[in-house]
Amino acid sequence: MNTLADLRGKVSGKIPQYNVRDAGARWWAGLPRWARVVLIAAVIGFFFVLPSLTIPLIDTPTPWASVLFSPIALYVLAALGLNIVVGYAGLLDLGYVAFYAIGAYTIAVLTSAHGSLSFWVALPFAVAAAMFAGLLLGTPTLRLRGDYLAIVTLGFGEIIRITANNIEWLGGPRGITNIPRPSDIGPLHFEGLNAKPYYYVGLTFIMLVILMVRAFERSRVGRAWTAIREDEDAAELMGVPTFKFKLWAFAMGAGIGGLSGALFASYQTVITPNNFTLQFSILFLAAVVLGGAGNIPGVILGAVLVAYLPERFRGLGGQRVFWYGVALVAMMVFRPQGIWPSRRRAAELADPEAGEVLAAVTEADVERIEEELEDVSLPAHELEGHHDG
Amino acid sequence: MLATSFVHPDWGLLHDQFWALTVGGLTAGSIYALVALGYTMVYGVLRLINFANSEIFMIGTFGALFATKWLGIAPGADAIHTGFYLVLIMGVCLIVAMAFSGTAAVALERVAYRPLRKRGATRLAALISAIGASLAIQEFVAFRRGRNFEAFPRVANRDVLFTFFGAEIRTDQVFVIVGALVMMVLLDQFVNRTRLGRGIRAVAQDSETATLMGVNIDRVVMLTFLLGGIMAGSAGLLFVFFFEVTKYNIGFIIGIKAFTAAVLGGIGNLRGALLGGLVLGLIENYGSALWGTQWKDPIAFLVLVLVLMVRPTGLLGEALGKARA
Repeated sequence: MNTLADLRGKVSGKIPQYNVRDAGARWWAGLPRWARVVLIAAVIGFFFVLPSLTIPLIDTPTPWASVLFSPIALYVLAALGLNIVVGYAGLLDLGYVAFYAIGAYTIAVLTSAHGSLSFWVALPFAVAAAMFAGLLLGTPTLRLRGDYLAIVTLGFGEIIRITANNIEWLGGPRGITNIPRPSDIGPLHFEGLNAKPYYYVGLTFIMLVILMVRAFERSRVGRAWTAIREDEDAAELMGVPTFKFKLWAFAMGAGIGGLSGALFASYQTVITPNNFTLQFSILFLAAVVLGGAGNIPGVILGAVLVAYLPERFRGLGGQRVFWYGVALVAMMVFRPQGIWPSRRRAAELADPEAGEVLAAVTEADVERIEEELEDVSLPAHELEGHHDG
Repeated sequence: MLATSFVHPDWGLLHDQFWALTVGGLTAGSIYALVALGYTMVYGVLRLINFANSEIFMIGTFGALFATKWLGIAPGADAIHTGFYLVLIMGVCLIVAMAFSGTAAVALERVAYRPLRKRGATRLAALISAIGASLAIQEFVAFRRGRNFEAFPRVANRDVLFTFFGAEIRTDQVFVIVGALVMMVLLDQFVNRTRLGRGIRAVAQDSETATLMGVNIDRVVMLTFLLGGIMAGSAGLLFVFFFEVTKYNIGFIIGIKAFTAAVLGGIGNLRGALLGGLVLGLIENYGSALWGTQWKDPIAFLVLVLVLMVRPTGLLGEALGKARA
């Protein structure tokens, strides 16, 4: 094990400023399994009671529970979806709001304007429509290189908004009204004055999405995304079907964006094309990059900040957006890797030259190799403590 | 209804108004092209989307507006001048607009880009920083000047200069097109003929080798932003001269169009920016004649996608420093 320990030492030695985080990760990995389950349950439980709490300083001028759902939970969902595209696959999407809009409009059309489906029946259609739009946009454009993709996606976002604005069937500039609220599930009764049920639904979807994204991240698909992000040509040469995986990332990101948009539509009950301007694409992107592209907790933190801060500081009035812009610049100047970056990204930034080496061998890989080696000699249950990083 | 207007494009209107639409398209297109230069130069040198270039343009429009105020010209009939005074007014406006935009562009580079560059941050981080700077600049102007349109005085009569196949060509249109072309030729010559221009091309080609050869990268980057800003400033003057209004967020839509133009022509390519701008202006005008003005922007983007599918690096390809993969 000496060589692996050396390698680990080298890897963490290259990232001196992340000692606190590494210590946290080690502490977490050292906990017995029951303690980790209890802690996770406690955190989830905390998020479920959060809308009922009034926390001084944190509280917002508008009702806290509704802020928690819209914008916070909706932004977290959208940012998790965009993170697949930007954070994992490294594709710059400046028109992500298009998928959010497609999800919202699908719900609106199927439940109000041209149909009377229930929200829960229409929801899969909304996600599917957004994914389909992702495939439709991705198929011709994903062969383009980075910055070209950025402008094409930006254009796509604008096309979707303007099309919705111009087509009478979609309500034109007036949008679609009278979108019914979701029907009750169990004790959850959806109504305008109480955002809690929406928040619970949003939280549940967020957890499901996290589980799904984590599963993908740690699979062949996730490794392919990383390879594409680091060096697309090299990945292609190594036999990664880059186009296919980029399309996958695009479609999955789009589907999650559609989900977020669908929830938004049913919560608002009215949507207009102006709900889906380029500004939102930028906000979602800011959430991903601010938090730390490619790292789920970071992205969630970024989305919470991007959604929460403007609500908290509504009192500042006209200067709010100005300070928001200044904060974005300051954040990027002082912490370009984001508040809570992925280990790999942090390593690359800490030492640009080592980055290339570390991209190949990171702590996660070391652990995986360790596991594989230990699997040979030790019974599996003794290794439980070493799996999570 | 969508279906009918798309199935039956109005070919008659396009045919009748063809030359008027062409001149209108070239006028808008030459403003796009000037702003596109700011994107394309910075991209060529730093491989970075200078998202805040639209705000640099907006500052230029305000620079021109302030210049008229300092000269004591208010909107109205007595604002119209001819001959030497007109040239003087336009000259002062141009210099002030360029000074505003150039200063803003250099300041932007110092505050929002250079620190990131020094830290070796990703281009994504630089993009977010640029977006932040863009928001901050917009809001600052909104805070100082309000959120309504401000009128720019009409300083020259809009006479019909000549008629071309039934289309009346006005002096202001000719001024905008010729003005933009002159600025672009000057820039092209500067980049291709002078010592400083050679530095820009060297860094665009290979920044590491350029450093080894004694090129001061920081100076080149600053110069690039300055030139992009000057171009955006002159575009700002042409814009307010032609459209006669400005406000804090006027840069947004022009910025998107200009960026589209830069990509269409081949980003990083100066002549590509000119071609892209003019082509985009024409497409927009012909397209809105055929399918209605409400489809103007979608048509422009659709054409961009189609062009990129056939020519993935734009019409003329990427090349500020000459062929670069």
